[in-house]
Amino acid sequence: MEQERLYTVTVYTENEVGILNQISIIFTRRNLNIWSLTVSSSALEGVHKFTIACRTTQRLIEAVVKAIEKRIDVLKAFYYTDDEIIYQEVALYKVQTDNILESPDFEALIRRHNAQVLEINRTYTVIQKTGHCDDTQRLYEDLSSYGVLQFVRSGRVAITKSTAERVSRFLEMQEVRERKALSGGAEMK
Amino acid sequence: MADNQQTAKAEMTGGEILLRSLVAEGVKTVFGYPGGAIMPVYDKIYDFKDQIRHILVRHEQGAVHAAQGFARVSGQTGVAIVTSGPGATNAITGIADAMLDSTPLVVISGQVGASLLGTDAFQETDVLGMTLPITKWSYQIRRAEDVAWAVARAFYIAHTGRPGPVVLDFAKNAQVGKATFNYKPVRFIRSYLPMPDLDDDKLRRAAALLNNAKRPLVVYGQGIILSRAEAELAAFIDKAGIPAASTLLGLSALPSDNPHYKGMLGMHGNIGPNIKTNECDVMIAVGMRFDDRVTGPVETYARQAKIIHIDIDKAEIGKIVPVEIGIHADARQALARLTELVNPARHDAWEAEFDKCNKDEIELVSKGETNPETGHITMGEVISTVAREAKSEAIVVTDVGQNQMMSARYSTFAKTRSVVTSGGLGTMGFGLPAAVGAKIACPKRQVCFFTGDGGLQMTEQELGTIMQEGAGVKIILLNNNWLGNVRQWQELFFGARYSFTRLVNPDFMKLAEAYGIAHRRVEKREDLGEAVRDMLKNVDEPYLLEVHVEEMDNVFPMIPPGKGVSEIMLNEKDWYKA
Ligand SMILES: Cc1ncc(C[n+]2csc(CCOP(=O)(O)OP(=O)(O)O)c2C)c(N)n1
Repeated sequence: MEQERLYTVTVYTENEVGILNQISIIFTRRNLNIWSLTVSSSALEGVHKFTIACRTTQRLIEAVVKAIEKRIDVLKAFYYTDDEIIYQEVALYKVQTDNILESPDFEALIRRHNAQVLEINRTYTVIQKTGHCDDTQRLYEDLSSYGVLQFVRSGRVAITKSTAERVSRFLEMQEVRERKALSGGAEMK
Repeated sequence: MADNQQTAKAEMTGGEILLRSLVAEGVKTVFGYPGGAIMPVYDKIYDFKDQIRHILVRHEQGAVHAAQGFARVSGQTGVAIVTSGPGATNAITGIADAMLDSTPLVVISGQVGASLLGTDAFQETDVLGMTLPITKWSYQIRRAEDVAWAVARAFYIAHTGRPGPVVLDFAKNAQVGKATFNYKPVRFIRSYLPMPDLDDDKLRRAAALLNNAKRPLVVYGQGIILSRAEAELAAFIDKAGIPAASTLLGLSALPSDNPHYKGMLGMHGNIGPNIKTNECDVMIAVGMRFDDRVTGPVETYARQAKIIHIDIDKAEIGKIVPVEIGIHADARQALARLTELVNPARHDAWEAEFDKCNKDEIELVSKGETNPETGHITMGEVISTVAREAKSEAIVVTDVGQNQMMSARYSTFAKTRSVVTSGGLGTMGFGLPAAVGAKIACPKRQVCFFTGDGGLQMTEQELGTIMQEGAGVKIILLNNNWLGNVRQWQELFFGARYSFTRLVNPDFMKLAEAYGIAHRRVEKREDLGEAVRDMLKNVDEPYLLEVHVEEMDNVFPMIPPGKGVSEIMLNEKDWYKA
């Protein structure tokens, strides 16, 4: 059995309705669980970026990425292992203000975790932490003695260690192709 | 001209824009079935009767299969028009079939008005949601202004790259709403790369592998036909002296009498191509996708071979079998370049090994099928008689089951685009409507449709279409009174427990008569030849020839499910030994 690991898939798409559905069924069909998903704009105008984390084998993730890229509205799709990207998640925690006021260690805890207090009022306090999943999870565990009323963690966002969005090169090549196609040259069959 | 410019600026309904766009795309034939949500379009079809021929089918599944048959033999994009709700759901089997078999189609389905979407309105279904996994692209047209753009894009996507079906879900308000007609064909989509650049380095490496090969083998599929690479393939195998074998859908890309052509791959394929798959040293696969009915368990498939895979769909490369060199390219371009790069060569001894297998196969299996001396008529006998009488010139359409495998095995082909069969989906009932589409595309050619008694009854209502259109389809019903293919598996793998595979059939002669179709039933061997000649006499005339064939016949050779390509059954008890 091939080894499973966490992969981060980034997908660049046109801004069309229904792309999320097109992408998600490709995972569903192979019985792959999407671990996290983030949709946002990218550094390229009009280009949307999906960041999908998924635990699976190299062989399957490669097949998935090719199948995603095959969709007409998808510009490009890539997959990465954790060492190829810089990635973060953000987590929010809500705790009862009374509970922390009584605790002398609370401030130290927040500082140690490099977290931030976003809002504090008489009833509740909201804390934010960005980091990797382990980090936000550790804070959750440390906060649990105060009674966490609500907790949420975002999907992963990721940026590659190379300088430009890899999709820009593809778009440059496509511009050349477009000129060729439209200048009445051989019709692209 | 002035008049044209006038109309170009005038406002017209989305329905009319659709028709004008179809005309602009060169569409001359559409297959369809009307209903509430598509009526504004039908009202316009009425105005375009002299430019577009509309074939009224009897069921929307038939509309799509007919469009598939049309597309497969003509090389053009097939068009089907259906209404919303049940019209669209009826079309789904055909769309799925076209997706798996890479057939270029544009399916236009009516939809309720945009303001009603999402309200469970009468005959509203989520067509885009339902067809998403089985379409190359789909789009909901909600405004008349978008019609021309969507149609242009649909045609471009359907027939370029790896072809496939496209669905346009056409909201009723957009059919009646008005816009100006401004049609521009699409030649480019930024997010779509249908024609990859040739990678010369990889082709050079592939040529080097082939130049050093002792036992090279070409396996090809429908990609050859779809990219119009038949001549390039023939030139390539001729120069490099390489034996070639076809998948089911690749059949007829090479004429049956090409000296390098060694037969069909797969579960019921020919012995040589299957056995030699596991003996070749270099395999070059072109425009085929290593379907599991071709490979059997992948762990046992061509492990000894270095594999070169050429395909226009990048996702196919490495999907099933690991490859030495994956070439993401159009088959025609790649083969043309590869032919320049390979050394002229011959592999006579290696090719002779195929010929030996072929001789064995004729002796051990085929002879008994095509020339039995006693017993009932066999399917192979009927099919080879038709091939002989039609001089290999006919378009062969098949249904699914034993009739399909026998047709693939015993038909012979002189021309490309002569096989229409449901490969990937294996859709029973595909054949009759597909034959109608093929005949309408190629009225001058014989269209011989081989079917079982089960499959014919799945879409037999299309006999009405044949009657109404006078489509000269030759229906050859190989009647064994069983769901033969399933019965065969029950016999071989389920202890001959014939669970619900016996058919009690209607009188097919009366059925043909009801539809005014010429017909004849053959039960005796001595009548067969004459009956076939009678059937073929008038190429324009629809004909139903029912032949009572041996009920308990099985299709052999057979690689049983779960076995590797070198484990071949010759009959119920014997296995092939070289
Ligand atoms: C729509 C559909 N339903 C079921 C099947 C499964 N199936 C494959 S072959 C076959 C039997 C076909 O019988 P018949 O049409 O009489 O042809 P024969 O095999 O006897 O030539 C069946 C039921 C199928 N392929 N398609």
